[in-house]
Amino acid sequence: MTELAGTAVPESDELSRRRYRESTGSRRFVRFWRDFIRRRPLGTAGAVLIILMLITAAFADRIAPYDPVEIRFADLLQPPSFEHLLGTDPFGRDVFSRIVFGSRTALAVGFSASFVGCTLGLVLGVVGAYFGGRVDQIIQRFMDVLLSFPLIVIAIAVVAALGTGEDKLGNVIAAITVPIIPRVARVVRSSALSVVNMPYIEATRAVGSRAVRIMFRHVAPNVFAPYLIMLTAFLGQAILLEASLSFLGLGVFEPTPSWGLMLRGAGMQFLEQAPWIAIAPGVAISLAVFGFNLFGDSLRDALDPRLRTA
Amino acid sequence: MRRYVAGRLLLMIPTLIGVAILTFVIMRMVPGDIVALKYAGSPVPQSVIDQERHQLGLDKPMWLQFTDWMGEIARFDLGTSLWTGHSVVEEIEIRFPLSLELAIIATLLAIAIAIPLGVLAAVRQDTWTDYAIRIFSIGGLAMPSFWIGLLMVLATITLFGWAPPLVFTPFTVDPFANLAQMVLPALSVGYRYSAVSMRMTRSTVLEVLREDYVRTARAKGVAESLVVMRHALRNALLPVITVISLEFAFLIGGLVVTEQVFNLNGIGKLLVDAVAHRDYTLIQALVLLLASVFVLINFVVDMVYVVLDPRIRYS
Repeated sequence: MTELAGTAVPESDELSRRRYRESTGSRRFVRFWRDFIRRRPLGTAGAVLIILMLITAAFADRIAPYDPVEIRFADLLQPPSFEHLLGTDPFGRDVFSRIVFGSRTALAVGFSASFVGCTLGLVLGVVGAYFGGRVDQIIQRFMDVLLSFPLIVIAIAVVAALGTGEDKLGNVIAAITVPIIPRVARVVRSSALSVVNMPYIEATRAVGSRAVRIMFRHVAPNVFAPYLIMLTAFLGQAILLEASLSFLGLGVFEPTPSWGLMLRGAGMQFLEQAPWIAIAPGVAISLAVFGFNLFGDSLRDALDPRLRTA
Repeated sequence: MRRYVAGRLLLMIPTLIGVAILTFVIMRMVPGDIVALKYAGSPVPQSVIDQERHQLGLDKPMWLQFTDWMGEIARFDLGTSLWTGHSVVEEIEIRFPLSLELAIIATLLAIAIAIPLGVLAAVRQDTWTDYAIRIFSIGGLAMPSFWIGLLMVLATITLFGWAPPLVFTPFTVDPFANLAQMVLPALSVGYRYSAVSMRMTRSTVLEVLREDYVRTARAKGVAESLVVMRHALRNALLPVITVISLEFAFLIGGLVVTEQVFNLNGIGKLLVDAVAHRDYTLIQALVLLLASVFVLINFVVDMVYVVLDPRIRYS
């Protein structure tokens, strides 16, 4: 009997451990996405669009039939045909190939700007909420300044100050990052404010954890849901901003393929004569942003228990 | 309450000073000033350039230029444009009505689209009506407003053979010509704008529909339309109003791209040109103006809250 009991204990231990793992680890992850796909058709459609875009960007050189920057005056302003699926621009460049390669620019700018902006916003929001008082006041005022500052001035200044060129994507990313920071910081701060007063934070402080550890091990993970939601939402916005800035001539520069840039000169100039130049990049921008927004929206509904439908 | 209002008004000052400092520093960090741009590529002796810089006060130390500017602002003097030589107030005065009108029409359009559709989506939550409305609204967020503008121009050219006129007709001169000119830009901006407000309407109406008083009203046998309009919508409007007014604040400065597409000479275009010319006085005045509008609208929204919702009391 004693022997049996002795073996039974580790077994049930093992069982409960397995059950715990099933309810938290990868199983829970799988279940979350299975529910997501089943219950949120719009979000799933968004995810499909995002995956398509990632594949396009990853295999751009295999998908694109032509070199996106090669100029062929023999083929200029060709209407869409089997040879040039979406026609050609006034330099004879294949519009479809430029759109395929443009997805790289859009994703690179979108991901970096959104990630850097949201992460800086997260840090500032958590720090402000944790310390409160004067630190919080200073951060808040600084965020107010950034919020009320017209984006276009920041963009123009960054581009003008850091210079422009073929491989200066960093400038555009920097310009787009700035307006994201205060918006994220605000939301994160308000969520973090309710977290910092939780008993478990007090407990961590009581056992002698240092401020940095408390903020990033205990507070930050608990405001991760809004962070993640904003990361996807601002990804779409960043792609849109890149397009607007490039359209104004303040973003990406020729000959780098960028959707906004394609709408700029030729898109407007040959609007009547060659509308395909202006239509295709706009559709690409819209689909990309649409995908990220749909996905971000459904993610918010799925992650935020208050918004869950009864 | 009075102390709160006074405190809020006082807090605007450091924010605006911050904006002023940031504008000032950023613009002077940008290489090339107006004189250098003016004579770029032409063989002008350095002495002439120095002379001109001296005249414009650009050779003074940075801190002195800044304190000079602050002094002028304290006397409500915005200075003269370095590029045109006209007073900054004059330059802005010509263009402000256009941007303001565009912003107002776009707002009205946005409200007219957003509120009915937002309510409908909430009432029919998780049906195909809801999905269709949400796709329509997310579409508005996804499509760049300048691209919608381009498509509209393209459509009017090909369908009606009508192109947007190159010269702006003020409302006071010919209201019809003016509105005909404004309707497309306003629509292209308003669609996007309505998407933001529509989503807010939908989610707040959804929240309110789950409140106890809505259940009570239904239990009493109040007609569903009355429950929605009188009990739900009225209580859901507060956040919607916030979103609408904040977007409005952004709009006045955010029309840059749309003005470019429709060839409208508004505040946005003025700002882009000013930055291109490194017209410091004009840029500083414009940024400060836009920031003030933004901060003021923020403040007014908070005050409107108190009027609309008696539960909110600031202390």
